[in-house]
Amino acid sequence: MLLKRTSYKWIGLFVTFLLMFGFMCASVIFGYADTTWRTAIDSFTHYNGSNEHIIIQKVRIPRALIAAAVGASLAIAGVLMQTLTKNPLASPGIFGINAGAGFAVVVAMTIFSVHNMQSFNVLAFLGAALAAFSVFIIGSFGREGLTPMKLTLAGAAISAMFASFTQGLLVLDEALLDQVLFWLAGSVAGRNLETLISVIPYMTIAWLGAIFISGKMNIFAMGEDVAKGLGLNTGFIKIAIGVLVILLAGSSVAVAGPIGFVGIIVPHLARAIVGMDHRWVIPMAGVLGAILLLAADIAARYIVMPSEVPVGVMTAAIGTPFFIYIARRGFNAR
Amino acid sequence: MSKYKNLRLFNGKMSLLIDRKAAFIYTTLAIIAFVVFVISTGLGEMKINPLTVVKVLLGLGPEMETLVITSFRLPRIIVALTVGISLAIAGAILQGMVRNPLASPEVLGISGGAAVAVVGFMSIFSDQNHSLTVSIAWLPLAAFIGASVVGVLVYFLSWKNGVSPIRLVLIGIGISSLMQAFTTFLMVTGPIYQASQANIWITGSVYGSNWTNVVILVPGAVILIILAILATRLLNIQELGDDVATGLGDNVQKHRFLLLMLSTALIGISVAFAGTIGFVGLMAPHMARRLVGSSFEALIPTSAFIGGILVMLADLIGRTVFSPLEVPAGVFTAGIGAPYFIYLLFKTKNS
Repeated sequence: MLLKRTSYKWIGLFVTFLLMFGFMCASVIFGYADTTWRTAIDSFTHYNGSNEHIIIQKVRIPRALIAAAVGASLAIAGVLMQTLTKNPLASPGIFGINAGAGFAVVVAMTIFSVHNMQSFNVLAFLGAALAAFSVFIIGSFGREGLTPMKLTLAGAAISAMFASFTQGLLVLDEALLDQVLFWLAGSVAGRNLETLISVIPYMTIAWLGAIFISGKMNIFAMGEDVAKGLGLNTGFIKIAIGVLVILLAGSSVAVAGPIGFVGIIVPHLARAIVGMDHRWVIPMAGVLGAILLLAADIAARYIVMPSEVPVGVMTAAIGTPFFIYIARRGFNAR
Repeated sequence: MSKYKNLRLFNGKMSLLIDRKAAFIYTTLAIIAFVVFVISTGLGEMKINPLTVVKVLLGLGPEMETLVITSFRLPRIIVALTVGISLAIAGAILQGMVRNPLASPEVLGISGGAAVAVVGFMSIFSDQNHSLTVSIAWLPLAAFIGASVVGVLVYFLSWKNGVSPIRLVLIGIGISSLMQAFTTFLMVTGPIYQASQANIWITGSVYGSNWTNVVILVPGAVILIILAILATRLLNIQELGDDVATGLGDNVQKHRFLLLMLSTALIGISVAFAGTIGFVGLMAPHMARRLVGSSFEALIPTSAFIGGILVMLADLIGRTVFSPLEVPAGVFTAGIGAPYFIYLLFKTKNS
C-alpha cells in the first residue's frame, strides 16, 4: 500500500478527487468541435445559443457526468464482487452480467418492440439481477466458493451464450443491428442528461450503501467462519452485496451499455494505494473508476477522428494487459 | 477375447490400442451420423425421401432431386459434418491438454482471433461501394491466420518457466474479450452493411456453403484428423499431469505446444468456413467421455462423430423449423451448450 497513515489517505483521496474534477473539465473541453476554457465558462455565464455552447451544454457535460458516474459504479461493483467471491478476477464483465443485460435489452427491442429509456432501465436491471443472482449462488458455494479458474470459465461460458443469442436475434433483425451496435459496444456518447437522472437515485443509494457496509466487509473478508465467530450476520452481508451489485451494474449497463474491465482494474489499483481496508478502498475505487472511464472516453474521441471508438473497446484495450498481468502473477500473491 | 485389440504399424514404431467396446460405440455413432446426414439432406423447402437421397448419393437418382441435392444441400451438410468433427476433436485435445474438462475453443480466444481477422478482412479489402476488392476465397485464409496468431500469442503470453494449463485458460479468456472488443470496434466503424454480414458470420452458420468450400475444407480436415489420431498417445500422457509425464520421459512443453497448434489448426479451418459455432468443442468430448471413458484412442473418434451429429442437427433445425427464416446453427449449439456447461460446473463442484 502506498499511503500508510490516515492523514495521507485523506490527502490522497482529496487529490484523486481533484484529479477526477480535472478530467471532467478536460472531457468537457476536448473533442471534435474545438472549444476552450473560456467558451465552457461562457456557456454558463453568457449562454448565447451558438454551436459551441450547445455542444458543451447538451453533449459534453452530460457525457462527462455519465462517464464519471458509470465509472465509479462499475469500480465499486468490482470491489464488492471481488470481496464477496474472494476472487481477484471477479467483475461485472467476467461474470457475464454485461452480456446478460445486453441480451435482455436486445430481446426487449426485437420481441417486445420496446424503445424508450425507462423500459431499458428496467430490463437492464432484470438482466443484471439474473447474473448477480448467479454470482450470489456461485459465491456462496461451499466453504471457499469456486476456484478462480472455474469461476472465470463459468463467466466466459455464460457471456459466450448470451453473446451468441444476442447475435442470433440481430441476424434476424438487421435494421435493429444498426441501432444497438454502438450501445452493445459500450459507449457514453449521445446520451442526454435525462438518461443519467433516471438512474442516479439507484446509483447514489448503492454508493452510500457500499460505504455504509464497508466496515462489515472488512470482517467478511477475513473468511466466513471467522466473520461468523466475530458475530457478523454473513447471510445479511451477502444479500446486501448482491443487491448493491445489481443496482450498480444494472444502472451502469442501462446508461452506457456493457463496459468491461473497469471493475477488474480499479479495485486492484485502489488496494495498491490505500491498502485492504474497505472503508478506504470503496471511495478510492469509486473516484479512480470515474477517472479511468473519463480518460478512456477522452482518448476514444481522438483515435479514429472524426468518428469515435466506443469506450468499451478502449477499456478492453487498456484492461486486457492488466488482466494478463494478474493471471500471470497468479492468485496467491494478492 | 481380450478387452483391447492391439494394432502395431511400421514395426511397432506406431501403435494403437483399440478398445473393443468403444469401437462398437463409435461405429454405432458413425451409423447414426450417416442417418442424420441422409435425413438432413432430404429435409428442406423440397422434401425428398431418404431412399431417394441414398440413390442420389450413389448417382442413380432422378434428375430434379439430384440437382437440388448436389448443388444446394450436399455441400452445406458436408461442411456442417466436417466442421462438427473438427471442432469436437479440437475440444477433446484442448481438454486433455489443459486437464480441465471446462476448456473449449471459444474460451481460449482462438475463435475470437479468427473473427477479428474476418471482420478486418471485410473492412480492409472493400471499396467505396462496399464490394470486396479481392476474391472472397481468401476469407478462410484470413480466418485461419487470425486463429493461428491468437493461438501462438496466447501460448507465449502464458509462458513463465513453461506453460501451465491454468495460465493458458485465463490468458485465453482475457485475449478473447480483447478480440471481441476489436470485432465490435471494426463493426462499429465500418458501414452497416458489412456489420450485418460480419454478424451472420460470427454467429456461426454454414449457410451458402458450396463445393469450392468443400474441396478446400475436407482434405485439410482429413489431414488434421489423422494427425489428431496419431497424437492420442501424447494426449494420454499429458493427462497424467506435468510431474508424472516428465517422469515418463515425455517432453511436456514441446508436446503441449504441438497439441495446441493442432487444435488451433482444427479450429481455424472450421471457423474459416462456418464462423464461430460455439460450444460444440465443449459438449462433444463430454458426451463422449460418458460413453467411452477418458482414454483418448476411444475418445477422439467418439467425440468426432458426436460433434458432427450436433452441428448437422443444429443446422437442420435452423433452416427448417423457422422457415423461411434461417437461424444460424451457432444459436442452437449455444442454446444447448451453455446450460450443459452450467450443469457440468455444478457437478464438478459437488464431486
